[in-house]
Amino acid sequence: MPLNIEEIRATFPVLHQEVNGKPLIYFDNAATTQKPQSVLDALTGYYQNDNSNIHRGAHTLADRATRHYEETREGVKNFINANESAEVIFTKGTTESINLVASSYGRKFITKGDEIIISTLEHHSNIVPWQMLCEEKEAVLKVIPINDKGEILLDEFENMLSDKTKFVSIVHVSNALGTINPVKEIIKKAHQVGAKVLLDGAQSTNHLDIDVQDLDCDFLAFSAHKLYGPTGLGILYGKRSLLEIMPPYQGGGEMIKEVTFAKTTYNEIPFKFEAGTPNIADVIAFQKALDFISIIGKSNIKKHEDELLDHANETFGQIKGFVPVGTAAEKVSVVSFNINGMHPFDVGVMLDANGIAVRTGHHCTQPLMQRLGLEGTVRASFSVYNTKSEIDQMAVSLAKIAKIKNK
Amino acid sequence: MSSIQDIQDEIIEEFSILGDDKESTIYYIMELGGQLPQFPEEERVEENIIKGCQSKVWLTTREEGERIQYLADSNTDITKGLISLLIRVLSGRTPQEILKADLNFIDKIGMGNIIGSQRSNGLSAMIKQMKLYALAYQAKQNV
Ligand SMILES: Cc1ncc(COP(=O)(O)O)c(C=O)c1O
Repeated sequence: MPLNIEEIRATFPVLHQEVNGKPLIYFDNAATTQKPQSVLDALTGYYQNDNSNIHRGAHTLADRATRHYEETREGVKNFINANESAEVIFTKGTTESINLVASSYGRKFITKGDEIIISTLEHHSNIVPWQMLCEEKEAVLKVIPINDKGEILLDEFENMLSDKTKFVSIVHVSNALGTINPVKEIIKKAHQVGAKVLLDGAQSTNHLDIDVQDLDCDFLAFSAHKLYGPTGLGILYGKRSLLEIMPPYQGGGEMIKEVTFAKTTYNEIPFKFEAGTPNIADVIAFQKALDFISIIGKSNIKKHEDELLDHANETFGQIKGFVPVGTAAEKVSVVSFNINGMHPFDVGVMLDANGIAVRTGHHCTQPLMQRLGLEGTVRASFSVYNTKSEIDQMAVSLAKIAKIKNK
Repeated sequence: MSSIQDIQDEIIEEFSILGDDKESTIYYIMELGGQLPQFPEEERVEENIIKGCQSKVWLTTREEGERIQYLADSNTDITKGLISLLIRVLSGRTPQEILKADLNFIDKIGMGNIIGSQRSNGLSAMIKQMKLYALAYQAKQNV
């Protein structure tokens, strides 16, 4: 049964507004998705009814908040099919999740001469933490090259692997191009040489079914705000065997078992990695986002988004001067492009004047842009609440804009 | 020659005709950018790039007696349009006039709203650099 998109749209208040005198068309979903009413209600509901600090109070409100908070952990566990909820750590975003691993696992287990592998497709947040670690430890950062379509060269990756390879940190889905990487194979190959693998799932968790046990990744990092959830909340999944041998990331309350001035013993996982009062409200509200996804069904979401992607490729492809960037065989619903003779910023500003929100620039992937020889791109990214008619409207605006330089 | 304020008033008048239709305003700005005189290729160098702009902007000057001529370029058409407005207001003036200038047309035509906050920062960087050149010329003239 096809999804009732109008019904879905009705639950997203932000979509129903005019921007620059035109109905808003929100195509910047890879940056952040909009939030359904249920998530907004859960946020205010928490502050109105349950607000209290968790894991410490002996009173009813604290107990209620703790229960809801831990329910989300269970919800995330199910969402990614982790073995147990203790393997789910709340952070403030993908960025912090990756930094946590680089800093805790990395600083303990990476030593001089070790090699860490990333790819050309990485977001800055999956580059810089590893560069910092490599600099500190005199380790070597290696980068898997891509082809012109924006696909990772697996052969090259295999050639890089050796007993020096200690860690592979790789983006599951490229935010700039939408490429889906063959991560299962990458993980298998990396494990064969004894390396651990972190998946940057910021752009995959909202489009693809994720089963961390089937993928066998050692870590998975993602952000709630790209999954219809609140900002300021991220998830780090890690295998228990690894989380247990990793030192804490930050010190403070919550993460301790016992503190004396002589010595502190640390709490069990996941609490060992959640120092201080966590982001209680956003964690609790995030469960509603997970519910939203599971009610519609990920496969239904994916199917709808794939249809939007096909439709966009077809309609935009007919525009004179339209140059797609990133044409991998396996992609999520992201269309990155340039218009001949025009700077992506200008295209973005003109689309905005038509009420259409897209992202322009380097998308926090400057090394990728350098590889492609581009200053940046315009990126339209689609979500479950977008429609073909919105794409048609963008095509009309885009055709008019492209005409300025492509007569 | 009309005063800096006269020119600013002219610009405000032109933009008011466009009303608050953002699309036609942007098209107009881009059109202005297209009329920017050719930038000397030999001066398209790293030192002439203005820091703090999202898009690339090159700025250089010519001395004409007491007056400063500005030459500028950008890799985006909208930015070129913005530059052309600044040049129209400030180019061919004395350092004293430039340093004194209160560029009220920018707010009056609602530029912040048209170009967004990131580009507004870029615009400020551009104005600052133009005034720095004026300051340098003034210092030289006073020697
Ligand atoms: C692939 C990828 N990795 C990491 C991030 C960083 O996520 P956050 O800013 O939520 O920490 C993003 C967000 O844009 C992303 O797209």
